[in-house]
Amino acid sequence: MDIFLQLTVSGLSTGMIYALAAAGFVVIYKASDVINFTQGDLLLLGTYLIFFAIGQIGLPWSLGVLVTVLLAVAVALAIERLVLRPLIGEPIISMIMVTIGLSSILRGLVNAIWGPAPRSFDSFLPEGSVVVGPAVLSSGRLLSIPIALAVLAALGLFFRHTRDGIAMRAIADDQQAALSMGISIPRVFGVAWALAAASAAIGGIMLAGVVGVSPNVASIGLRVFPVVILGGLDSIKGAVIGGAIIGLLEAYTGGYVGHGLNLVVPYGVLILVLMVRPYGLFGKEIIERV
Amino acid sequence: MPILELDDLSLRFGGVTALSGLTMEVRKGELLALIGPNGAGKTSVLNCISGLYRAQDGTIALTAADGTRHPLHRLPPHRIAALGVARTFQNIELFKHMTVLENLMLGRHVHMKGGVLSGGLYLGRQRRAEIEHRRHVEEVIDFMNLEPLRSREVGNLAYGNQRLVEMARALALDPAILLLDEPTAGMNAEEKESMARFILDVHEERGITVVVIDHDIDVIMDISDRVVVLDFGRKIAEGPPEEVRGDAAVIDAYLGRARGDVA
Repeated sequence: MDIFLQLTVSGLSTGMIYALAAAGFVVIYKASDVINFTQGDLLLLGTYLIFFAIGQIGLPWSLGVLVTVLLAVAVALAIERLVLRPLIGEPIISMIMVTIGLSSILRGLVNAIWGPAPRSFDSFLPEGSVVVGPAVLSSGRLLSIPIALAVLAALGLFFRHTRDGIAMRAIADDQQAALSMGISIPRVFGVAWALAAASAAIGGIMLAGVVGVSPNVASIGLRVFPVVILGGLDSIKGAVIGGAIIGLLEAYTGGYVGHGLNLVVPYGVLILVLMVRPYGLFGKEIIERV
Repeated sequence: MPILELDDLSLRFGGVTALSGLTMEVRKGELLALIGPNGAGKTSVLNCISGLYRAQDGTIALTAADGTRHPLHRLPPHRIAALGVARTFQNIELFKHMTVLENLMLGRHVHMKGGVLSGGLYLGRQRRAEIEHRRHVEEVIDFMNLEPLRSREVGNLAYGNQRLVEMARALALDPAILLLDEPTAGMNAEEKESMARFILDVHEERGITVVVIDHDIDVIMDISDRVVVLDFGRKIAEGPPEEVRGDAAVIDAYLGRARGDVA
């Protein structure tokens, strides 16, 4: 039972980090139909930026988090402005291919700046542990769950209540109509990229605290795809629940069945979902009347 | 006094010429009908005005209420909407997953201020602005008799009602000029009559300049002050409805008799 509890907490905490990265992915997909292959690399960038801010420059953690998020947003805005905006109006596939290229570039840049060796710094997440019954839970992992949920809830509120959030929903619903209502598509795409980067950076910061700073984070970033396919490409709620499910499945298979299989499970889920329910748990089901 | 001036406008798609050297004006406060056979370029004209298409040649100038002239052919669609140019579409373009009320509130988008922060915090000023927009939208709902439908999801509404909602959303923008692309398409006689009534009310009670495309000649003849006739991307006639109706070139364009000679 104590193992179960431990696995659940660790599964949920990784799951919420996946959810943060996935939510950013969903924001971009909702606004522009672009499948953003750089989402995992933004997560990677987040872990290195927090290492840079706290471990290298020695900022206090609060300032470090702020600097990390701002730098990540700046990188995303630069990508949007310089690379993707000129492609607005081109086929979506061009934008998607460009994000694949950008993904390699980002990964290469991180490698070029910080090198391939894992780095470490004093995490700002609390070191101690909490004892719940027979289980000993790391408080860092425990803490990451409410942080992630708060960020995700804020994203949900953004879509429901802000001018840009509503504009984003409008664009997703009908681009022509949105244009004729005076909604600026470049602006909304910019906001989408900024939000995607901010949420990935917060995920990256927590990842740095929970698993450390290394190029391997990029492979964790790839886990975004099973999460969004399971949850539905265009649903924030789907990202949260998909992230939780994938995180838990990984933890349980790793804990009960054996290490190694846990790396395969998310992609097994991905294939299964695509066969059975291609629009995911909460995705918009597209029915075409002929 | 013209509110819109299109000067020598040409629009091509590859080898296809949609508009060639079109010069026309829309006068302030008039109800102008744009007619012509299928493929004449009517919708292209509206798309050029609202910025969805960019003409290769020619200019479009909008004279705002304060007298400033804006070169619409150089502005992006969202700036054009902000200048008070609202429109509806031939194949209804609504936010289908939102309610009637939400669709209309989006019509207020250009009048809303406030970014992520102030909007997210729902500050007092923001709240008052929201109430003000809401009041405006309620007035449009009232005007278009949409009360019973206000909280229904638009995708589930009957076709004729969707057309009304689309027009209401354009009105919510508080436009100086309203572009209607086949507002009565696919409607039965009764629905057409009530739509024509709404168009007249918009024009007369609200003093909005209206440009309407329609294939129903009876409706056009009934409601419009002036008619411009297009064929093959050119203007072939313009004038009061009764005059245009008897115009030889117009009759030819519609019946197709002299098409070989014209080309």
